[in-house]
Amino acid sequence: MRTRNDDGFRGYDTNCRFPPQEVVAVTVAVVQFGGSNCDRDAVRALSHLGVDAERVWHEDGLPEDTEGIVVPGGFSYGDYLRAGAMAAHSPIMNAVRDAAADGVPVLGVCNGAQIGCEAGLTPGAFTTNASARFQCEYVHLRIENADTPWTAAYDEGEIVSVPIAHGEGRFEIANDRYDDLVADDRVLFRYCDADGNVTDDANPNGSKGNVAGILGQRETVAVLMPHPERASLPDLNRSVDGRGILQVFG
Amino acid sequence: MSLSDPDRELVTAELGRDPTPTEAALFENLWSEHCAYRSSRPLLSAFDSESDQVVVGPGDDAAVVSVPDNGGTEDSETYVTMGIESHNHPSYVDPYDGAATGVGGIVRDTLSMGAYPIALADSLYFGGFDREHTRYLLDGVVEGIADYGNAIGVPTVGGSVEFHDGYEGNPLVNVACVGLVDGERLVTAEAQAAGNKLVLVGNATGRDGLGGASFASEDLAEDAETEDRPAVQVGDPYSEKLLIEANEDLIDAGLVQSARDLGAAGLGGASSELVAKGGFGARIELDRVHQREPNMNPLEIVLAESQERMVYEVRLEDVDDVAAVAERYDLGCSVIGEVAEGNYVCTFEGSEPGERETVVDVPAEFLADGAPMNDLVTVEPPEPERNPPDVDVEAAFEAVVGSPNAASKRWVYRQYDHEVGTRTALRPGDDAAIVALREAGTGLAISSGAVPAWTDCAPYDGARAVALENATNLAAKGATPLAAVDCLNGGNPETPDVYGGFSAVVDGLADMCRELSVPVVGGNVSLYNDSVAGPIPPTPTLAMIGTKAGYDAPTAELDGDGALLLVGAGSDALGGSELLSQAGGTDRFPTLPENAPEVVATLADVADADATLSVHDVSTGGLAVALAELLTADAGADVAVDDAVSLFEETPGRAVVETTDPESVAEAFDDVAPVTRLGTATDDGSLSLDVGGEELTVDADRVAAIRGVLDEALD
Repeated sequence: MRTRNDDGFRGYDTNCRFPPQEVVAVTVAVVQFGGSNCDRDAVRALSHLGVDAERVWHEDGLPEDTEGIVVPGGFSYGDYLRAGAMAAHSPIMNAVRDAAADGVPVLGVCNGAQIGCEAGLTPGAFTTNASARFQCEYVHLRIENADTPWTAAYDEGEIVSVPIAHGEGRFEIANDRYDDLVADDRVLFRYCDADGNVTDDANPNGSKGNVAGILGQRETVAVLMPHPERASLPDLNRSVDGRGILQVFG
Repeated sequence: MSLSDPDRELVTAELGRDPTPTEAALFENLWSEHCAYRSSRPLLSAFDSESDQVVVGPGDDAAVVSVPDNGGTEDSETYVTMGIESHNHPSYVDPYDGAATGVGGIVRDTLSMGAYPIALADSLYFGGFDREHTRYLLDGVVEGIADYGNAIGVPTVGGSVEFHDGYEGNPLVNVACVGLVDGERLVTAEAQAAGNKLVLVGNATGRDGLGGASFASEDLAEDAETEDRPAVQVGDPYSEKLLIEANEDLIDAGLVQSARDLGAAGLGGASSELVAKGGFGARIELDRVHQREPNMNPLEIVLAESQERMVYEVRLEDVDDVAAVAERYDLGCSVIGEVAEGNYVCTFEGSEPGERETVVDVPAEFLADGAPMNDLVTVEPPEPERNPPDVDVEAAFEAVVGSPNAASKRWVYRQYDHEVGTRTALRPGDDAAIVALREAGTGLAISSGAVPAWTDCAPYDGARAVALENATNLAAKGATPLAAVDCLNGGNPETPDVYGGFSAVVDGLADMCRELSVPVVGGNVSLYNDSVAGPIPPTPTLAMIGTKAGYDAPTAELDGDGALLLVGAGSDALGGSELLSQAGGTDRFPTLPENAPEVVATLADVADADATLSVHDVSTGGLAVALAELLTADAGADVAVDDAVSLFEETPGRAVVETTDPESVAEAFDDVAPVTRLGTATDDGSLSLDVGGEELTVDADRVAAIRGVLDEALD
């Protein structure tokens, strides 16, 4: 089991080549939990946009000069207990909540979205797909509110193409809270067909109201199930529609 | 199972005494067919495994091949690793865990080389799709692969799914993994120096998978699903993911002298093979292994196949650093002993305090490589008669295009995360996947599969066809074949006609790979794939990689604006075709082109030409299926062929090319292969066929419905 020194760091000997890393130059911290698997992809996509991003191991804490935070996709703690539940209670999420309260932009993607909901950064929950299966495919999203930092690159009603890859992406929330979300214009993206129609057929996972992504209490906090970082690199010769979402950090 | 009498005599003669129980169990497992390839190794010399690009050939955990540089982000040479593994018997007994642990094993083989895993491809073979039990197995295997591969963040980018009655009672799960490494980071499974410590990192050892290697070397009995469940291990992808990251940190810091993953025959297998390869022995204290269960005896510790474990050879001064990395990732870590001169020796605490009992003391090389080879009798299978069926074109089109073998496999690959890693430039569902190796500016094309109906009909030519078909898949995307690994699956080798078929398959695969100058750099053999339903068809899964400059490639979807050409020579023989499977009858296998390398090279050039709009390889179901797959909601085809045979025959080495410059294609193939004008692509999303005067028109919706049998039956 892990032991801790008085200073809170783990008990490595000081000559070890793997001390908890002090990352000083980072502006966007991509938080890596055990089981995260989209951390490298997020860094690659952000770097391609010219954003200074780096993976930060959750136990090392947020660097002091963190100006943006991405909680990436994956299977933190193996999704044991419930997707995102364990990570939501890890110490770094306290720091993420504090940073969010200070206005630092925080984006949760896929497992990061599940963690965001579990940690109370955003309302509702993402739970088992209606199909009860993992689904990896491109979907269409309609931009519901273009007047946020995350969607400023798009027009309201614009249709973008971004992939999903999840087994637990069905957005659920109590009806009254859902009504509040809609009334407050905090729904960012809804699953739609190629023509922008929000239909059951275009809903890949049974999400309430076809909701794919939402804002937190502050507009600087957002979560979504689709992967913008997978639709960002032009050399893969397909959609780069996800770039607009990541441009917040630029 | 226990150590056979002849083997026991050999061991006793070598040791000059009776083996201890732990030694006997080690020899039984390491000398099993699964580990020692006793029946297949005499055949494997047929393969050429060398080329200028091969850095590490067969015999290590994975092979290593140098990738051509096309102006990438890294200055150093880029290498990829390739490995393939079967998890056939476990996947029958427990489809979910059996398949999942197959993924875990081949990924750790990749880690052993210091590489980071970047792609998986699975080739799966099941009994008839109409059987409920087949669907249960398919569902479990796919979910097992998905849950494991998705969680560890390695994209499953390709593979194949085949249904054939011969797999009833014995499905095949063949998993290939590609990893990324370079010369600086490369490590091997060859121990470097006596005195270096052996460090076990990963999950704690429990009593799981005891005797898995010998279990994998037996026929599956009728009651295997209940009787053999304890021999199947349970995977933990979370630990595997931590192991991937820990391995990466260890390699980054240069802390690893050599490495081997713990697979078949557990710690005993991995540690003895590692030291034997370096010409050393070892001193191992088995009670130092971190354990999950109390009171494990030495035999259990040395043979357990608990998953997600690696053994590293580490310099004494680096041991603390290795332990620190393991702790960072919450992984267990124990220094179990050291590389030593002399024998492979394992000790355990004795009955008296302070006393140590020697439970294993054998020459490492004798244990790892001393198994005698079997010299088995082969009988050549007969060639089928020519007795093709009468064909009603419309009924045959529906039956062949809608057969589970030809149908869309979207139901399968949608469950696999094929995008993670942000390298996937061409996704599953096409002829080959393309993975972006930005380090070298090179697109890595991956194709994997075999067609059991082909090798069932004609083991030798069918296996040649499998090799050519995989190469054609790569060429259709503009890639040049680089290397391959094989997974040779067969029935009980002690049956002469089964072994005859298997032996012909090995020769056929080896001959065509040699002809194509594709080195076969590694592989896996799985025999005793027999059940109450009989032996499986000999099944030579081949996973082939190829390369091209950049990551762009023509897709297998019509654009709608070009002329449609068929390139490559056809045949009037229907042997092995899906049409015969559906309509009955027998026929001989098609004759393959004599100039396969030229056909493949020319197709790769044509695929990359500016005027080329789409390219699709012709294989299972022939031209009928190729055209149906090319169809989209917006783009169709207007095509005429001479007769029904041309529509359904499956000669490999052919492709449909949609181009705006048909003359250039004909010119490129001049003296190489015939180019036939099929017709034109259209913008109406329907397929109009003129088959020797008989007309047939189907629209995209109808084709999608016919091709959607898996989705319809399984969701």
